[in-house]
Amino acid sequence: MAEGSIATASPGAPPATDEATFFGFTRPQAAAFLALVVIVLASPFVVYPFFLMKLLCFALFACAFNLLIGYVGLLSFGHAAYFGMGAYVSGYAAKAWGVTPEVAILLGAATGALLGIPFGWLAIRRTGIYFAMITLALAQMVYFFCVQAPFTGGEDGIQAIPRGHLFGIFDLSSDFAMYWVVAGVFLGGFLLIHRVVHSPFGQVLKAIRDNEPRAISLGYRTDDYKLMAFVLSAGLAGLAGAVKALAMRIATLTDVLWTMSGEVVLMSLVGGLGTIFGPVAGAAAIVTMQTYLAEFGAWVLVIQGVIFIAAVLAFRRGIVGEIGNLLRVKL
Amino acid sequence: MEDLLFEIQLALPQVILGVINGAFYALLSLGLAVIFGMLNVINFAHGAQFTLGAFVAWMLLSWLGIGYWPALILAPLIVGAIGVAMERAMISRLYRIDHLYGLLLTFGCALVIEGVLRNNFGSSGQRYAPPREFGALDLELGDFFLPGYRVWVLIAATTVCLATWLVIEKTKVGSYLRAATERPQLVQAFGINVPLMMTLTYGAGVALAAFAGVLAAPIYSVSPAMGANFIITVFAVVVIGGMGSIAGSIVTGFMLGLIQGITEVFWPEASQTVVFVIMAIVLLTRPAGLFGRA
Repeated sequence: MAEGSIATASPGAPPATDEATFFGFTRPQAAAFLALVVIVLASPFVVYPFFLMKLLCFALFACAFNLLIGYVGLLSFGHAAYFGMGAYVSGYAAKAWGVTPEVAILLGAATGALLGIPFGWLAIRRTGIYFAMITLALAQMVYFFCVQAPFTGGEDGIQAIPRGHLFGIFDLSSDFAMYWVVAGVFLGGFLLIHRVVHSPFGQVLKAIRDNEPRAISLGYRTDDYKLMAFVLSAGLAGLAGAVKALAMRIATLTDVLWTMSGEVVLMSLVGGLGTIFGPVAGAAAIVTMQTYLAEFGAWVLVIQGVIFIAAVLAFRRGIVGEIGNLLRVKL
Repeated sequence: MEDLLFEIQLALPQVILGVINGAFYALLSLGLAVIFGMLNVINFAHGAQFTLGAFVAWMLLSWLGIGYWPALILAPLIVGAIGVAMERAMISRLYRIDHLYGLLLTFGCALVIEGVLRNNFGSSGQRYAPPREFGALDLELGDFFLPGYRVWVLIAATTVCLATWLVIEKTKVGSYLRAATERPQLVQAFGINVPLMMTLTYGAGVALAAFAGVLAAPIYSVSPAMGANFIITVFAVVVIGGMGSIAGSIVTGFMLGLIQGITEVFWPEASQTVVFVIMAIVLLTRPAGLFGRA
């Protein structure tokens, strides 16, 4: 792949040797993952669970996005479509049909994946900036659909979504109870992505990213692989949206708007594109910033823009990429 | 027969509105194509620069009392100068790395511009009244009335599109530009200042967006989101046309506006999505775009 490519922004990190010790993690990655688990388990006793739930939902969303850009080299600028539709469907199912939360979440994830099939099939015909523009345009189509469709509630969105009882047993109405569901889904999604990236399937994806003609000449149907990665990424984005709808109890047009697609790009970029932990760190940084700056209104937009510019000009490895570079490990 | 005439009379305003939209698509996708051809950067800030053009015109009028005609020249110059500064300060640092970074950077610029405008002017729109002299251009055909200003928008947009095409295809400067698009190192070796050309090209593309913004100001309300609404559709237009040819982007812009107008007549709900559906069809049949080179 060309010098300075976006997907391999951390060239300083040593090459990924397959000295995997535990579940495909290298030793430093395993340490970082354990630290992450401890933080996820301990933080609701220190910080508001509501804020943490938002953070984890966006972290999962960013991980799903990063799967495409980091490991297939495709920059999607339309991931809000899968996130937002996942949120709408799970919110609608929980509110109008009264299904249990696990069913609502699965429906939302399935919606994201199903939407990803035709969109991915169309978008993988092009790469690079065209891919970005196509995904953005398709997502805008979803946005217009959501503005007009009756079930989305138009400008109001779906509000006061009931969280219900998990498996019909555990009451999730308190934020503290709901947090454990969100944390479970996040850790599950994170491990799934990690497992996929380090499977033989993931190796083929990286081969496509680095040199697609060569992967084709080796006999891989690269389009099938790209589509599978796209659908997986869309499904996980839908999952993140579905959980978010239940946790925040709201699904609105903001979730499908292009600014949401931009936000997830920003989170991954700030955290470190193509790193495993980067999207989590980036989501934490951006969600925290949004929460503390919420009172400044439109300045948040300006600050996000400035962070975008700074990250692209001076900070392309992102937080985790820089740390990994300093410690000479791949995180 | 009379029914048909009646139908046409009903349909005509929508179709003409569509063509006027198409004029904006053409101006914006032309600017994107010019910039992309030379810099290999997709200018995500194009919509924000369009908005900025409209706001500069509005500010010139409300704060300085400078009217529409001077604004039509001044606003593109001012916004173009901002574009030149952006290119020098930021975009020019990214030519050696993945082009996607250019997209991300200009996206950041778009957020900054939109955010600043929103802070200062709120999300609701400002009114910008068109000059009265356009009354002379008013068109009346039976029940059908087309305000003179819209006639002027069509004339102005078409003229500017044609002029840009002529400059690029038929003049010496244009030939340098086309040569530098194909082989920048070689053109530089001939003693032409390619980095300066890139800067000016970006400035010119941005000025085109601002010009479109001034044209749009009296038609749409001048609001911080006006460009964002346009630019995503214009991206689809660019994918449909392919960015290979200047003429292609102009033709595609007008054509899609027209199709949108016709759809508005027969199936209004689909008028906003029809461009995206056409994009999907084009991707299936000609992935490189109608005028694109693979």
